[in-house]
Amino acid sequence: MKRLKATDVVVIGSGWSGLVMAKEIATRTALQVTVLERGPARNLSQYASGMDEINMRRVGLVQNPADQTITHRHSLRDLAAPIRQYGSFTPGTGTGGTSEHWGGISDRYLPDFFVLATHLREKFGAARMLPDWAVQDWGITYDEFENYYWRAEQLMGISGKAGNLRGQLIEGGNIFEGPRQHEYPTPPLTPTYTMGFFHKAATEMGYHPYPLPAANLSQGYTNPDNVSRPGCVFCGHCANYGCMIGAKAQPTNTIMPVLTGRNNFSLRNNCWVRKIVHRNGRAEGVVYMDENGEETMQPAEVVVLSAWTPNSVRLLLLSQIGEPYDPVTAKGTLGKNLTHQVTSGGAGMLVFNQRLNLFMGSGAVGYGIADFDGDLKEEPPEKVLRGGLFLRGAAASEGPITSFGRIPRGEAPRSWGSAWKKASISHWDRIGPGAEMRGDHFAYKQNFMDLDPTYTDKWGDPLLRMTLDWTDYEMRQMAFGRRLGTQLLEVIARTSGATFIKADTGGSFRHYNASQYITTHIQGGAIMGSTSEQSVVNSWLQHWKMPNLFVVGSSSFPQNSSANPTLTIVAVSHRAADGLIDHYLKKPGPLA
Amino acid sequence: MKRREFIVLPAKALGGLMLYSLVGELIPASAEDVVKVPLRFFTATEAQVVQAACERIFPSDDSGPGATEAGVVIYIDRQLASPYGRDKHRYTKGPWVESIPEHGYQGKETPQQVYRAGIGLLAADFAGLSPDQQDLRLEKIEETHFFQLLRTHTVEGMFCDPLHGGNIGMVGWKLIGYPGPRMNYRDQIDKHFGQTYSPAPMSLEQILRHPVKGVEDDVE
Repeated sequence: MKRLKATDVVVIGSGWSGLVMAKEIATRTALQVTVLERGPARNLSQYASGMDEINMRRVGLVQNPADQTITHRHSLRDLAAPIRQYGSFTPGTGTGGTSEHWGGISDRYLPDFFVLATHLREKFGAARMLPDWAVQDWGITYDEFENYYWRAEQLMGISGKAGNLRGQLIEGGNIFEGPRQHEYPTPPLTPTYTMGFFHKAATEMGYHPYPLPAANLSQGYTNPDNVSRPGCVFCGHCANYGCMIGAKAQPTNTIMPVLTGRNNFSLRNNCWVRKIVHRNGRAEGVVYMDENGEETMQPAEVVVLSAWTPNSVRLLLLSQIGEPYDPVTAKGTLGKNLTHQVTSGGAGMLVFNQRLNLFMGSGAVGYGIADFDGDLKEEPPEKVLRGGLFLRGAAASEGPITSFGRIPRGEAPRSWGSAWKKASISHWDRIGPGAEMRGDHFAYKQNFMDLDPTYTDKWGDPLLRMTLDWTDYEMRQMAFGRRLGTQLLEVIARTSGATFIKADTGGSFRHYNASQYITTHIQGGAIMGSTSEQSVVNSWLQHWKMPNLFVVGSSSFPQNSSANPTLTIVAVSHRAADGLIDHYLKKPGPLA
Repeated sequence: MKRREFIVLPAKALGGLMLYSLVGELIPASAEDVVKVPLRFFTATEAQVVQAACERIFPSDDSGPGATEAGVVIYIDRQLASPYGRDKHRYTKGPWVESIPEHGYQGKETPQQVYRAGIGLLAADFAGLSPDQQDLRLEKIEETHFFQLLRTHTVEGMFCDPLHGGNIGMVGWKLIGYPGPRMNYRDQIDKHFGQTYSPAPMSLEQILRHPVKGVEDDVE
């Protein structure tokens, strides 16, 4: 094995988490930071040439499942099978990771979400807690965290409108958000045509639509690191693509300009980390396969593990750091609290008479409705405690291959042939954006990650196995989202002149479906908390059992929020960096 | 390329001069106004079967051009000859199990193998049948993985960027009024409310003014 000269800090993965850590450490200290990234380098000119639906579908910016995938089963009773081609999530690879091809929606989490276990018990009583819930507090409160949100918003230049400024509610913003100390760095994106319909209907229904906070800049912006980026031009190639002009905040356009050229920073692409080496409760470095396939040992004083969530958890399991969670005995913490996002929405289709020009758009342009986010004021027939965020009235980024063929049922006898072709042509660009709900996904005792006993990656290392299914509670959450989403679509139809075609069936599925896209927001497995009995890392994201190992990213989130996670990932990464720089380096040892 | 098989297509249907993009070289139309496009994966007979099947999925009719004019079979041929056709983007380690639908396609066959077997189901005489007879055969295999792939690939070949061999002359984009991957709608985004905005399409290469490589042209 090749053994390299020691570095001060080795960072595994170059997504938001890894590069925020690298930037903070490299610019605030003299330490040598080495980032290892499994995928290739990325740049702007590639992204212009990448505005192609086929290249995106075939290869895109995602990890190649041929090299490594994840296996899935619904319960301990089932046999896990490998997810052979991507379905319910699409993790990125290359510099910037998944955050290169994200959409950009950047809501904060609600204040009560950070203390969810305590909050739910106090608010609804222990009797309403389901026996298989494994909801936990984060070990940190929103108030302690608010400034980290602000740093994340400034870094990315989030475009939006405050709805709660230091306790003062502001109409037009999200009045249900937690209090913020600052207005957004940039104003909201220009509303698109179809957003007007959504806004009108939501307002008529007495809701409070607000422009979704967007990491896609509404105008030119220079962040505190002196990195300037231009405003979004609505090219319609956003989620799934990298931004060709840098308007969408991505690690490559937001952080790499600060790090490139610094002599205490290096980024090595095409390096696949297989193990964190450790002895006597101390990480000594990492073993990786370099770009030539040579096994290499990189010694380091501090290890930052910040891969995509399941990959971070897998690396801890492969490195035998911490006790794997056992759902039968409830012993162990590593791998527990695996969550995905609960999504649902209006069941049916809005058919407009006129063209909507939906090929123009941006990843996060749209409205949100937070009237049902968090605790519900009154219990709905579905008997769920909390609702979700409803989005959004705008198209994100859909090419003609993806959008062609979307027709109301009954328009053609089958999905091919002349009648189908004609109906698809005449309906193309006339189907309005839906109303989607994103809800919390609570942690369950039975949903967890461990190593698969059968399947291996290209190096022969065991794959990660997810044991995950929806329960009756998530089915009711989805039913709630369907009911309210459908109401919203009906009012949009009435107030905009569109026709609402109801879907013939709602919620016919019952189980977690790994073959259809949900979001890439898999979370948990190396969660944070206030005790080592209940969590893998402390609230600084420092490993309880290994003080010189920080596990950074949404692997640390004890449960999954209605709001999308990226902003919170960037915020917790700043906090982990502060913990490492301001506390750990001054006095190496446990921070909590 | 080991063998040199061709599919012969009417030049007129393919939009004449746009053909240079098909092979990176100009293919002269012959005296009979047909174009011989060299194949990368299919045999000539296979290409004819696939071509005929795509034409039934996305027919040329009074609503406009279809799979033949768009060169869908050329698109599919290239996809199948590429790493994708040999499953280089899919997890292919065993054991192979029959699993639940929620786990997606678990078959061992590569897209190349799926097509070879599927073309066999349609039979070599398929291209010579009447449209009604062709539809009957296609209906029989509608539920197969092959048909699902064929249908998806036909839509891809209709509406992909022409750099991939399909959507020749941007006939697919013209059919629906998609303007191509225009780089900038900043001045358009708050206008044209309620009106069709549909400038003549431009391809990625026309917009960027330099060649763009399709994934199917990647060398391993």
